[in-house]
Amino acid sequence: MLSRDQVLHVARLARLELSEEELEVMAGELSGVLGHIEKIGELGDLEDVAPTSHVVAVENALRADEPRPSLPREVVLASAPDAAQSGFRVPSPGAAPA
Amino acid sequence: MNELLELTAAQAAEGVRTHAVDPGELWSAYRERALADELNAFSWVSGEITPPDVERNAPLAGVPVAVKDLFCTAGIPSQAGSRILEGYRPPYTATAVERLVSAGAPLLAKTHQDEFAMGSSTENCAYGPVLNPWDRSRVPGGSSGGSAAAVASGAAPWAIGTDTGGSIRQPAALCGIVGLKPTYGAVSRYGMIAFASSLDQAGPLTRDVTDCALLFGAMVGQDPCDSTSLAFPEPVGLPTATDLRGVRLGVPEELSGEGIEPGVLETFHDSLDRARDLGAEIVDITLPHAPHALAAYYLIAPAEASANLARYDGVRYGLREPAEDLLAMYTHTRSKGFGAEVKRRIMLGTYALSSGYYDAYYGRAQKVRTKIAEDFTAAWQVCDFMVSPTSPGVAFELGAKTDDPWAMYLNDYCTVPIPLAGLPAISIPNGLADGLPTGFQIAGPAFSENRILDTAHALEQAIAFDGSKARA
Repeated sequence: MLSRDQVLHVARLARLELSEEELEVMAGELSGVLGHIEKIGELGDLEDVAPTSHVVAVENALRADEPRPSLPREVVLASAPDAAQSGFRVPSPGAAPA
Repeated sequence: MNELLELTAAQAAEGVRTHAVDPGELWSAYRERALADELNAFSWVSGEITPPDVERNAPLAGVPVAVKDLFCTAGIPSQAGSRILEGYRPPYTATAVERLVSAGAPLLAKTHQDEFAMGSSTENCAYGPVLNPWDRSRVPGGSSGGSAAAVASGAAPWAIGTDTGGSIRQPAALCGIVGLKPTYGAVSRYGMIAFASSLDQAGPLTRDVTDCALLFGAMVGQDPCDSTSLAFPEPVGLPTATDLRGVRLGVPEELSGEGIEPGVLETFHDSLDRARDLGAEIVDITLPHAPHALAAYYLIAPAEASANLARYDGVRYGLREPAEDLLAMYTHTRSKGFGAEVKRRIMLGTYALSSGYYDAYYGRAQKVRTKIAEDFTAAWQVCDFMVSPTSPGVAFELGAKTDDPWAMYLNDYCTVPIPLAGLPAISIPNGLADGLPTGFQIAGPAFSENRILDTAHALEQAIAFDGSKARA
């Protein structure tokens, strides 16, 4: 069973905040799922098995390093929640009290 | 009902080509039908009264297509079933969609899905669940549930979706239609809102196998914008096989016994008998690591998702929750914008990747992935295709599995080993159990889609599934 502190730690890493109620549910559900997942431990020693991250054998895909047009700035900024001075405006990273 | 809606997409295309069908009338008939949809299949339906100019000799000949919400479509809402992307209109279009449009299929509609393709019932859609056209008290499967329901109910001639652990094949099975998950790399992922990048693959959901081949042929190909995409090694042909002489179908004990509902098993065995009658040889095979595929998948996919979904931070697009400082803005935005299942998977993936747990979870899952791929390689020594039920059960009632994540994940039991190995697989309608469709899954080696489609076509003729009830 994941502890409350473990769940809070993972939530901080994931940039999520959980209410007290969500925290309890999440701890129970994650523990339940991990209980099933931990069965892959039963497979024994996999020391000599190479991990697979990409399934289809493919050589490096390279292309000529030629400049191509990007999307126009105003088109990209049209989706921004807060655009200012041709950029994305965000709150200060240091505005919060310590 | 308008008789144009009864044509398969390939028949409609042939009709347009021979001037027997007017593409404007076809467009209007489907647009009106889509606007009248009562299953919540669509997130957006085209406002165009007349279709764009149709090139009658184009491969898809003006037959309109519905597209899962997570494909970016320029200027058209692309929300991936999430509140965090509510109203988002991307500045560009996914390559797969562009290919379909340039092959002559105008964009009819976008379809609802589980949020970020995480789910097996489309109940995780932030815009309400999609209903199954066979029984509206039941789910259509997921995550491409809107595409499956739209095609099964006759509200779209054909559609595309994405499959990460079964998200094309399982809803196709539960809605009584055909769904193909292609070989990893066969279709460009550019412009697909990412879930798990080493697994995600786009493919068709269609009324029959011929439609599937026709749509698939228009989607494949290398794309300079997706460095994992590959050139399809041969032209995609329309299937013609009517028998299965010389075809060896391998039945893995691990995916065809325990955990499968009796009604589903019965229709599976009926179809094996039909395959035998068509000349196929049925051989017993073993995929010893397949029972561990679900565990490996639910580590790898959430781990990749936790990284992919880090981009939803309220800065460049989508929802922003105002806050005093940057970190609070991130956390408020993500906590409000993501639904419960997405949060669960981000948490699971973050945990699996976190310091001290990486080797035991993610690292180990990647090794299991290798073992699963080796199981398939060994199987191809004794059979041409692996066959199994697509889903362990038929469509379940809304709400039946929402309180138990693992019960929901078990829907992917038979589909999930295949994407872990990067292989192609199709689900075709297999008959009815308790009045609800079941699916027959055929998986093959990488890039064997043409042979899979041929095999599926021969079996489809023998099964002679009648899906008209869902379109009534």
